[in-house]
Amino acid sequence: MAELEIGKGSKLRYAFGNVLSLFILLLIGVLAFSIRLFSVIKYESVIHEFDPYFNYRVTQFLTKNGIYDFWNWFDDRTWYPLGRVIGGTVYPGLTLTAGTLWWILNSLNIPLSVETVCVFTAPIFSAFAAWATYLLTKEVKGTGAGLTAAVLLAMVPSYISRSVAGSYDNEAVAIFALIFTFYLYLKTLNTGSLFYATLNALSYFYMVCSWGGYTFIINLIPMHALLCIVTGRYSSRLYIAYAPLIVLGTLLASLVPVVGFNAVMTSEHFASFLVFIIIHVVALVYYIKGILTPKMFKVAVTLVVSVGMIVCFAMVAVLVALVASSPTKGWSGRSLSLLDPTYASKYIPIIASVSEHQPPTWPSYFMDINVLAFLVPAGIIACFLPLSDASSFVVLYIVTSVYFSGVMVRLMLVLAPAACILSGIALSEAFDVFTRSIKCQLSDLLSDPLPAAGDMASENSAVQNDIVKVDKHSTAQKSDEGLKERTSKKNRKKEKEHVEKVSIKARKEKRLLVLPLETSVIAILLLVMLGAFYVVHCVWAAAEAYSAPSIVLTSHSHDGLHVFDDFREAYAWLSHNTEVDDKVASWWDYGYQTTAMANRTVIVDNNTWNNTHIATVGTAMSSPEKAAWEIFDSLDVKYVLVVFGGLVGYPSDDINKFLWMVRIGGGVFPHIKEPDYLRDGQYRIDSQATPTMLNCLMYKLSYYRFVETDGKGFDRVRRTEIGKKHFKLTHFEEVFTTHHWMVRIYKLKSPKNRVRGKTKKSKSKASSAAKLKKVDRGKKNPWH
Amino acid sequence: MEGLRRLRIALIIVILFVTYCSSSSSSSAPQEFQIINAERRIDLSSHIVNVFLTLKVENTGTVTASEVLLAFPPTQVDNVALVKASSVVGKKKKKTYVPLPVKPSTQPNGPNGAQLVSIFLKDPLNPGETVTLEVLLILTHTLEPFPAEISQSDSQLVYYRDSALILSPYLVKEQTTYIKTPSSKVESYTVVEPTNRVNTELKYGKYNDQAPYSYSPIIVHFENNHPFAVVEELLREVEISHWGSVQITEHYKLVHAGARHKGVFSRVEYQSRPSISGISSFKHLLLRLPPRVHSVYYRDGIGNISTSHLRVSAKKSELEIEPRYPLFGGWKATFVIGYGLPLQDFLFESSEGVRYLNFSFGCPLADTLVEKLTIKVVLPEGSKNASAVVPFPVEQHLETSYSYLDVVGRPVVVLEKKNVVPEHNIRFQVYYNFNPIFMLAEPLMLVSVFLLFFVACLAYLHVDLSIRKS
Repeated sequence: MAELEIGKGSKLRYAFGNVLSLFILLLIGVLAFSIRLFSVIKYESVIHEFDPYFNYRVTQFLTKNGIYDFWNWFDDRTWYPLGRVIGGTVYPGLTLTAGTLWWILNSLNIPLSVETVCVFTAPIFSAFAAWATYLLTKEVKGTGAGLTAAVLLAMVPSYISRSVAGSYDNEAVAIFALIFTFYLYLKTLNTGSLFYATLNALSYFYMVCSWGGYTFIINLIPMHALLCIVTGRYSSRLYIAYAPLIVLGTLLASLVPVVGFNAVMTSEHFASFLVFIIIHVVALVYYIKGILTPKMFKVAVTLVVSVGMIVCFAMVAVLVALVASSPTKGWSGRSLSLLDPTYASKYIPIIASVSEHQPPTWPSYFMDINVLAFLVPAGIIACFLPLSDASSFVVLYIVTSVYFSGVMVRLMLVLAPAACILSGIALSEAFDVFTRSIKCQLSDLLSDPLPAAGDMASENSAVQNDIVKVDKHSTAQKSDEGLKERTSKKNRKKEKEHVEKVSIKARKEKRLLVLPLETSVIAILLLVMLGAFYVVHCVWAAAEAYSAPSIVLTSHSHDGLHVFDDFREAYAWLSHNTEVDDKVASWWDYGYQTTAMANRTVIVDNNTWNNTHIATVGTAMSSPEKAAWEIFDSLDVKYVLVVFGGLVGYPSDDINKFLWMVRIGGGVFPHIKEPDYLRDGQYRIDSQATPTMLNCLMYKLSYYRFVETDGKGFDRVRRTEIGKKHFKLTHFEEVFTTHHWMVRIYKLKSPKNRVRGKTKKSKSKASSAAKLKKVDRGKKNPWH
Repeated sequence: MEGLRRLRIALIIVILFVTYCSSSSSSSAPQEFQIINAERRIDLSSHIVNVFLTLKVENTGTVTASEVLLAFPPTQVDNVALVKASSVVGKKKKKTYVPLPVKPSTQPNGPNGAQLVSIFLKDPLNPGETVTLEVLLILTHTLEPFPAEISQSDSQLVYYRDSALILSPYLVKEQTTYIKTPSSKVESYTVVEPTNRVNTELKYGKYNDQAPYSYSPIIVHFENNHPFAVVEELLREVEISHWGSVQITEHYKLVHAGARHKGVFSRVEYQSRPSISGISSFKHLLLRLPPRVHSVYYRDGIGNISTSHLRVSAKKSELEIEPRYPLFGGWKATFVIGYGLPLQDFLFESSEGVRYLNFSFGCPLADTLVEKLTIKVVLPEGSKNASAVVPFPVEQHLETSYSYLDVVGRPVVVLEKKNVVPEHNIRFQVYYNFNPIFMLAEPLMLVSVFLLFFVACLAYLHVDLSIRKS
């Protein structure tokens, strides 16, 4: 009797639940978007940091010159004199996305600038990512878990750090693509629909376009497929989910110029091909098993195994041969440093010098995923009760991403969605258990059970409603045939899933323990507090920690807010007061910004593709003035830009990065030796510093006439007086220094006229000859 | 070099004089004037040169005449930004000034390319009568920095070239020229006796009975550290929204047009010795904006510029801005300033539904020359019969622009003028017809689009497109 009643009401409640969850999803999107606007409100609508400036510049080029010119773009304003083929070396996903957005807006006559579109691309895609998380988690554990996970992802600090408004970087759209690809994989796995499999390949294509992290997908999905096969979970659905993805995905991936033949030639992709073979073998085995009698099957097995072994060996041999002959020797440096965390610091200082390639510290886990770190284990447990294909995928995802995040801080970003999904599952299951036990207790206490329970549940969380409803819906399923009549094809499919899930769930429900009322209430309160703590932390992180654009700095002091806008001051000066074709040398960190903001040709930039070139600049910076002048002059450099924080105490300046310049320079040009710059293994710039240090170009350009500011030359970053205070520059002249001295620009003096030397020829002949010899000995100029 | 130039100028004068002698006899002008007394005051204290001429003109001919001519040497004529003339009526304390129309003369040019400008008197002058005219000339680009390149610690010296005698197509009986320099530091000046210098004032004259088109070149070389702020190009976009605001966006291309900076720029010296180091450079600029200005922004291509202060009072608003870096000679900067103004202060309705915008021409930057000014008045979508009324000659044409879901586009009145000085900050009017029903066009469009979207959604949800029923 009661069941019938529920059956009638449930239809309405089901529709109501759908509307409610749609509304919640909309709000989640708004939340994800708006929490990322702190940077615009606190600072301004501007592109952040370094890489986004490059992406912005590429987008500008795309919107101005169109897609064909973009593919063929050879950029001569960077890596002078080598240049860079932008169209073939850039992941175009982000740029094309923003370019398309801009194009749509402009064709609707909405005159937004390219910059505005770029600034807001990341927040928009965060909202999409939250919705994709909802879909993914829904595939694993139902709507309630989906909504919880989406809320968590909308404001997880790790993701916020990469997607605040203005942070126009590949990761901003790539995380959405990653989650959506995983969702489509699970959807295909759950439904076995070829339609979703095709969508999955397209989504994978978008991911390949967007970010180099696509290799994570193309390794994780084969791992999962293998796991399913090994644990005896092979099904035709798995085959449909896997095989088309690999075939279509690889074909599509090789269409992206930056990937090209790497999609079949590098070791990152081999796992997928191996599993592709295995899955076919397994499929064949299952097929044969189906048509043969057990006895015949045994014979066949022996046959197949022997033949299969031979084929496998042949394949392995081919693979090995391919690896050995592939131009990149199989693995890229970044991938190798993932497998062997110490690889980069040993062999590639350029990768090691980037702070986001360092392993994270424990506090950074707490900072970036906060309470999720504690909820994840509970989520994993929830995934095992019961273990389905989808939940095993999620478990595999979290395990691998935890490992990768432990290798590089940057990959914390891949961990964040996994942590959100599992925490969402954990929270939702916990609420489920607690509210259910409250409901049971209340129904015992009160004679009139249902409405009161419903009220309680809805009070606790709107999310909860849904799960309970789904469950109820399913228990009532068998009885309401009438409902089916009007549902369309799609709905029916959904219901089939429900039937599957529900049958599992129903069994589970019976086993569930009913907790005491007080315990449940307190536990719910605690969970709500935990959630509140998470929200507070996320808002704080978004507002304080991750919103600074890093090109404009602010500091609060007793007399108000100070703004340090020196970078843009220098770039604006360069762009207006130097010749268009002048070359500017600086450490590679500032390359992208210089080309984008100052529109001047740079020698090296943040796309660190040519180690030798960077080492040349590093060598010049760590050489004495004369040698440095020769190197720069041979590169046709007109201006040298250094960043100096000593006056205002800006810690990430060139003096602090200088040891990396020495290391990278010394790695290629061995006459630069790191110990020459260290006094007893210590890096110092005070009076105890080594003469090599005090005479190198970087020291001189940073501290030129610095002593005249306060009379002592006190460096506020190193907290010491500088070692060499009064010196003159002979081959460089100061042409611009910004208001707070953070950027100093020097011009290479043109060589002196020889005419004057002629008159003194007889006198200085001997000495100049000696000098020449000395120079010859000292000159290990890479260009000779 | 200098001698050569002098020689050339002397030669020009000789030729000029000769041609005059030959031409004056042949052309018998129907109107004849003579200038009884002329006084000229030249103010050189900024980079825009102001010349005040006071002429006492007598009609010596036999017919009544109303067109008085002014002559400019061909080198100067391109630099004349503005000529304003007025006649003085009444004596001493009860003086009133009656503005007079000024037009380029239709008569043939004077000897040696001297260009003529006519002033039309309000009351024609009978033979033997006199009238006193006050003329204001504003000259731009007439100060030439010399040396052309200076280092950070030097101060800026400039040349001013002119004639000791007023160039005039008439006989000048008595004339005096006063030249005011910004400081008493005058390096050199040409002496044309009698010449006298007292502190910051240089006096040429009095000269008596100078023949028409007499010319006596002089050069004054003096110190002028006034900021030579020149806007090479200024684009002002005035967008009218009938929802209650006028939005103005101004794109500046600023340059320091003084002596070019040479060599080192040392921040230490600039910060520690501001009185000596870079005195000809500037870092502050003042914009005078209309009162009740709101949502002001100041940015450039790479983002907001945080160094600006806005002072708003009931009568006027002042925006003090600093470019990103101090501007030395030859340095450039570009920036954008935008602000909103309440519509009712600037838009008025005249008869029969004709509306007009009453807005100030010229650049709000104080004491700045604009080489090329373009004003675009963007009228609301659906306005018709747009026309502009400007009190001085400008080039104008119509355009169409599209923004924010426009379908037919907005008419844009484009006004262009070269060599604009602060004195051009006069109101101009743009008249147009507008039907308020057009204000609803875009909201209605949005409403209908959303309606269609929801209807489409409803239809999709209720239509079962599957082929097989099961």
